[in-house]
Amino acid sequence: MSVIKKVVTLLRSSVREIGESVVDANATRIYEQEILDAQHSIETARGDLALVMAKEMQSAREIERLKQEVARYEALAVEALDKSHEQLAEDVAAKVAALEDELAEQTKAHAAYAVQVVKLKDLLRAAEQRVREHEREMAIARTTESVYRATQSISENLGQGGSNLLNARQSLERIKRRHEELADRMAATAQLDAECGDAALERKLRDAGIGCSVDRQGAVMARIRARQQATGASPSIE
Amino acid sequence: MKPLHEQLRGVDLHIGRLMGAVSVNLQPIPGEVPVVQVSIEGRDELPIFITRSDTQILCMCYLWCDAEVLPERRHELAQTLLELNPSVPLSAFGRIGDRYVLTGALALDAPAEQVAQDVAVLSDNALDALDALSEFLV
Repeated sequence: MSVIKKVVTLLRSSVREIGESVVDANATRIYEQEILDAQHSIETARGDLALVMAKEMQSAREIERLKQEVARYEALAVEALDKSHEQLAEDVAAKVAALEDELAEQTKAHAAYAVQVVKLKDLLRAAEQRVREHEREMAIARTTESVYRATQSISENLGQGGSNLLNARQSLERIKRRHEELADRMAATAQLDAECGDAALERKLRDAGIGCSVDRQGAVMARIRARQQATGASPSIE
Repeated sequence: MKPLHEQLRGVDLHIGRLMGAVSVNLQPIPGEVPVVQVSIEGRDELPIFITRSDTQILCMCYLWCDAEVLPERRHELAQTLLELNPSVPLSAFGRIGDRYVLTGALALDAPAEQVAQDVAVLSDNALDALDALSEFLV
């Protein structure tokens, strides 16, 4: 049975049961052992696969070599016949026959290696899939357990401490009220500042024409006019 | 592996910085599995709980329980939560027992900054969801 199906079934039972039995201790051990076994067979299969693939390549090379040898000796046999060396041609024919025997054997071995490669690759794929599946199952099972056990601890703990995990609406209202209070406080502070804080004092000083923010341009202009009148009509500055 | 509360060292400061100079309190909860409660100043009623399984770190915020849902709107709420799920950044709605939760998951070796980021987002999302979905509650 898939682990998600199992979790769905368990979700219909009590919370306490879920925390304890998504995957019981025994099943957990079995899963873990299966993961270990699958990982082990993956390693072995990888080693075997490399070996068999190497042998496959070797036999392919050997087949190629034998074919060339057959061709070479056949050419030599023809040459022997051309020169009427009947017996020599017979000897060469025997050599070719032996080479062909060897070639047939190598071809058979090569085919066997190819079959083995396919088989090992299938094995590897299946083992890897098994590991992935088991790991996913364990992850789902363990997470479900953690979540329910944590919730149990939290409920018990807060239950003892006069629970503040109570009504959502009340919580929301309290949080909102606190935010409003903060906003009100900030607005009040700004208002107070405007009425009697530094800002208010600055404004009063400015209104009275005291301080650095008085009409500086006006004062400068008045000074320039006074100077102009003192020195006659000349606008130039010495 | 380090105990959870040690792995979470500094998470409170990161959250505090992320959320604008609020004070954050981390409190381990006794029990079979490691759980740490995160209380954020101004949102004390909506704590985040961090737990760790063999495969991931989980942050959870309990929103409301079955008894608080208006019975006649229960189905509509479930539908709304499923539809909302893909849109809520980094968090997922769910149910644990009779409680509706918002959860976020992180890799087992997630650094404190990442956990803090997840907690901050989870807290914002939870508050937002509570506000938006309170029409379904008694």
